Amino acid sequence: MSVNFIALAYLVAAVFFILSLKGLSSPTAARRGNLLGMLGMGIAVSTTLTITGNWVLILSCIAVGAIIGSIVAQRIQMTAMPELIAFMHSLVGLAAVFIAIAAVNNPVSFGLPEILPAGNKLELFLGTFIGAMTWSGSVIAFLKLSGRMSGAPITFSGQHMVNLLLAIVMVGFGLWFFFSETTNWTAFSTMTAIAFLLGFLIIIPIGGADMPVVISMLNSYSGWAAAGIGFSLGNPMLIIAGSLVGSSGAILSYIMCKAMNRPFLSVILGGFGSDGGSQGASDGAQKTYRSGSADDAAFLLGNSDSVIIIPGYGLAVARAQHAVKELALALHKKGINIRFAIHPVAGRMPGHMNVLLAEAEIPYEMVQEMEEINSDFPNTDVVLVLGANDVVNPAANIPGSPIYGMPILEAYKARTVMVVKRSMAAGYAGLDNDLFYMDKTMMVFGDAKKVVEDMVKAL
Amino acid sequence: MIGEIDPTIINLTVFVLAVFVGYHVVWNVTPALHTPLMSVTNAISSIILVGAMLAAGSAEADWGAWLGAAAVVLASINVFGGFLVTQRMLEMFKKKDKKGQA
Repeated sequence: MSVNFIALAYLVAAVFFILSLKGLSSPTAARRGNLLGMLGMGIAVSTTLTITGNWVLILSCIAVGAIIGSIVAQRIQMTAMPELIAFMHSLVGLAAVFIAIAAVNNPVSFGLPEILPAGNKLELFLGTFIGAMTWSGSVIAFLKLSGRMSGAPITFSGQHMVNLLLAIVMVGFGLWFFFSETTNWTAFSTMTAIAFLLGFLIIIPIGGADMPVVISMLNSYSGWAAAGIGFSLGNPMLIIAGSLVGSSGAILSYIMCKAMNRPFLSVILGGFGSDGGSQGASDGAQKTYRSGSADDAAFLLGNSDSVIIIPGYGLAVARAQHAVKELALALHKKGINIRFAIHPVAGRMPGHMNVLLAEAEIPYEMVQEMEEINSDFPNTDVVLVLGANDVVNPAANIPGSPIYGMPILEAYKARTVMVVKRSMAAGYAGLDNDLFYMDKTMMVFGDAKKVVEDMVKAL
Repeated sequence: MIGEIDPTIINLTVFVLAVFVGYHVVWNVTPALHTPLMSVTNAISSIILVGAMLAAGSAEADWGAWLGAAAVVLASINVFGGFLVTQRMLEMFKKKDKKGQA
């Protein structure tokens, strides 16, 4: 097959990838978009097959990957989506590193000159270190998200200095690789090893609730790694696909940071909330709060005209989405205006709550974003907070508070507030939540799923 | 054109334009679909499968080719896992749509 024809086929694939992202502007167009994405991938792979040998090996490897991937995609729980995404980022990163090593080992098989020119070396260096950091960073994110490792930030003194030094040393070895006349394996492998280590070190100080930023950032990295490989292989399709993913992840990180009113750099440097806990707890005398049972809560809900439910990470942990749907339907049947309010950083990844509510088949128009619904709180009878904390903390309006300026769901403006929570423990930011101590607030203690089921029974 | 342009410059051109396209396309994605956006971009970034295939299909079947083969497996998990899980999530949003219209 001619080189030009292959390049054109790759162009078609790249256009399909753009269309698949464009489709996500609405749920209906999104399904068609996703199919176009698959089609693009199919074109790219089959075109590449025409220029490689060793079909048996390649096709059987693809088959193995296809089986594993399909099984995982079918079996995964929607509550476990953040860790699946982190796991998949790690695969992209590792694959990028493997490809870069293979390219350094045998440039000719990629259509590159026998002795790599400096330009290609630079590109391989970029692809490798971004890939390596994506892999190790994603592994840590995966361990934290799946609860196999504590979500608490791990910090030590001089942490940032160590990271900075390692980064400088890594670039040093990269330059050595770059300027060596022959293939300098020592420099290349040391650089790769340091990049792996850096990925670990950068993610360990970042705590659980900052995960929406981290996971978006790793999403972005995995795209840049693909683009880097595209540069080294001189393949525009890889560059286009990689840049799309890279900018997508970057935009998501930006949106998440904005929703927390925290500079991106401070999230990445980490350690947030590690010492805030003691501050929050020590600020004064015992405050009183009112608590009630699920039956009391159900009574209040049943006698209201309008209800807004605010779901948070606690809902995902308790897997309460189906119980919540029953509650919403029961209230809807009574003619109560029931809606859901979603904060952009609720949960552990962008859009996490929307997917959980979609899984439980909660009608789309009941679910609203923060900007749409915030002005409605003063006219709402009951707000039910399910496993959310910092995103409804009125401390965000008080200058000097660690979360000052963070946009919140204004639950405190509603006539009655009910909070379902396991205990009075502080949220991720380590702050006490004044919402819990307001006269109009009733705390309902217990597992979100159990409490909601009890409410449905009582209704 | 006069003389030959370094291929890296052409690649850089493609890169910069693609970043702009990505920027504009992604801002239009509705926040409700941010999770499917992440899973589909994940699948798309596994386009490095193409590079892995070139490594695995190398004429000299040395250890580099085996590394390529391993990369083919990793990237394919992502391609299939990413697109299928996106499809599964989008189906959930579809059910909701129908209910909404009914």
